[in-house]
Amino acid sequence: MLWEAVRLAFTAIIRNKLRSFLTVLGVVIGVAAVIAMLTVGEGSSAQVKASVERLGTNVLVLRPGRVRMGPPSGEPAPRFTLKDAAALSELSIVAHVAPQAAATYPLVAGNANTSAQVSGTTADYLMVQNWPLALGRAFEPGEEASGAAVCLLGQTVRDKLFGSADPLGETLRVRGLACEVIGVLSARGAGSFGQDQDEVVLIPVKTMHRRLQGDTDVGSITVALLKSVASADGIRTVQVLMRERREIDIGEADDFSVTDMKDFNTLLTGVNSVMTGLLSAVAAVSLLVGGIGIMNIMLVSVTERTREIGIRLAVGASGGQVLMQFLIEAVVLSVLGGVLGIAVGLALAWGGSVYLAIPFTPSALVIALAFGFSAVVGVVFGFFPARRAARMDPIEALRHQ
Amino acid sequence: MSAPLISFRNVARSYGAGEAEVRALDGVSFDIRPGEFVSIMGPSGSGKSTAMNIIGCLDRPTSGEYLFKGIPAQGLDQDRRALLRRHALGFVFQGFNLLARQSALENVELPLIYKGLPAAERRALAREALRKVGLEGRESHDPSQLSGGQQQRVAIARALAGGPEVILADEPTGNLDSARGHEIMRLLQALNREEGITIVMVTHEDDIAHYAGRLMVFTDGHLTRDEPVKERA
Repeated sequence: MLWEAVRLAFTAIIRNKLRSFLTVLGVVIGVAAVIAMLTVGEGSSAQVKASVERLGTNVLVLRPGRVRMGPPSGEPAPRFTLKDAAALSELSIVAHVAPQAAATYPLVAGNANTSAQVSGTTADYLMVQNWPLALGRAFEPGEEASGAAVCLLGQTVRDKLFGSADPLGETLRVRGLACEVIGVLSARGAGSFGQDQDEVVLIPVKTMHRRLQGDTDVGSITVALLKSVASADGIRTVQVLMRERREIDIGEADDFSVTDMKDFNTLLTGVNSVMTGLLSAVAAVSLLVGGIGIMNIMLVSVTERTREIGIRLAVGASGGQVLMQFLIEAVVLSVLGGVLGIAVGLALAWGGSVYLAIPFTPSALVIALAFGFSAVVGVVFGFFPARRAARMDPIEALRHQ
Repeated sequence: MSAPLISFRNVARSYGAGEAEVRALDGVSFDIRPGEFVSIMGPSGSGKSTAMNIIGCLDRPTSGEYLFKGIPAQGLDQDRRALLRRHALGFVFQGFNLLARQSALENVELPLIYKGLPAAERRALAREALRKVGLEGRESHDPSQLSGGQQQRVAIARALAGGPEVILADEPTGNLDSARGHEIMRLLQALNREEGITIVMVTHEDDIAHYAGRLMVFTDGHLTRDEPVKERA
């Protein structure tokens, strides 16, 4: 009997292909939107998680200036210097320290050109960032001390300027300064904000200061603490040292910030899941609208088929059997829409993850939920039309033209 | 005499209430025994269709008793009346009432689906019913590909397939020309004589009514004549 009803439902749906398709379009769009939202959301959470793991534990970032809301006031906070970095590396709790002085400069190699962030730093930067080289070697202490014109390329810069050719030993002009390419960084992909982390060139910080920037400012300092040190303790020690070096009186606020990258990424993950939740809720509303569309067409269908219902009742169908027939038709419609929506949603999510350069992580749970939800939509919105069919008076129904 | 199959005991059926009340049946009593072939005649509004609907368990009397095989059918709920239709009754309508876009065989199978029979058994029973009404070889035709007479035969096969005790025919020849009408009547007569199926038929036409063995005439909600049909000369 159940099988008969399913077969009957398919016959009715196939008889009106276009109408059936338009009927389920709402469910298709709703399910596709939910699937795409949740899958992309999950992918970007995975991305943030991966970047936390890549950073390793206990990485602090120091920036000059106060962390506070509202417009800046008073004079700007003094910048860091290389001496600050040196003092930090003296601390017993610190594993590596990497100063950074960064700016965006035009880059030319042969007749190709682009522009990217150029970051003056030390070989420790690769340790702090846990960022291995794909080709060549890092800066040597001699090169760092003398401010030699050497550079390391991010993958994107390498691809743009050298393509698949071997860049080692080639010359890269950074705002006119000829630098020898001594290494290529491994590919990192998108960062927490979706920015391309591989669009970067690293040079020794002294080279940056003397030959490009013309001052000795350090924009930020990244500190990797020893694994055995609790990050709260590490932050306090670093704050005490920097307050002393920057001659901040007791009772006055810091004029620099110390950020634990792990906290930052935890915050990002939180924001991410709130966004995913909100967008999915909006998508779920369209699923509701899709359900109403199904109810509407099922009501039309019940009216159109009044005579058929009368015949079925006359030959001995019970109200329950007629109810089941129309309910199953609604569920089959809605589940077909769900399956179509899952396919479209996964395709969208795949496209989105390629575009945003995040992992494509389809979840079996999400797919199962979307499938189940579309079946529930069919039952809920199919029930009212089906009940109307089941309650028809056979005499009236048979008289219907 | 065998026990009655269908018994009306002072059955009344009225529509509306108060001033607007219409008494379609006004205290009608009769018995129909197994194997009878009864014609019901009367002008429109005489209550003959209402009586048919009550016999067919599509409608219920407002007062009085309707016994089917001794069971008071007026007290049955909707589902039980559906069961009675499914197992004991077959309907033939003036307008055929076949499902369009379904083959003759599928139409005949319809009541068997609700009986819960497996597909193979349904098909065999439906083929047998189509053979009995002379439509062998037309199983896969749609109603639209069949003549009116053939469509009515499919409807009779549908009524027959479930092995009913009674076939209720509501003006079965009303939409057919006279020659087709008489063919259908000979078929119903044969089913009554050879299969022993009780037939109750509503008709307007005298010569059609005379295929039956008994004639009932309704006037203004009352049974005004009830007599055996004389063999025609």
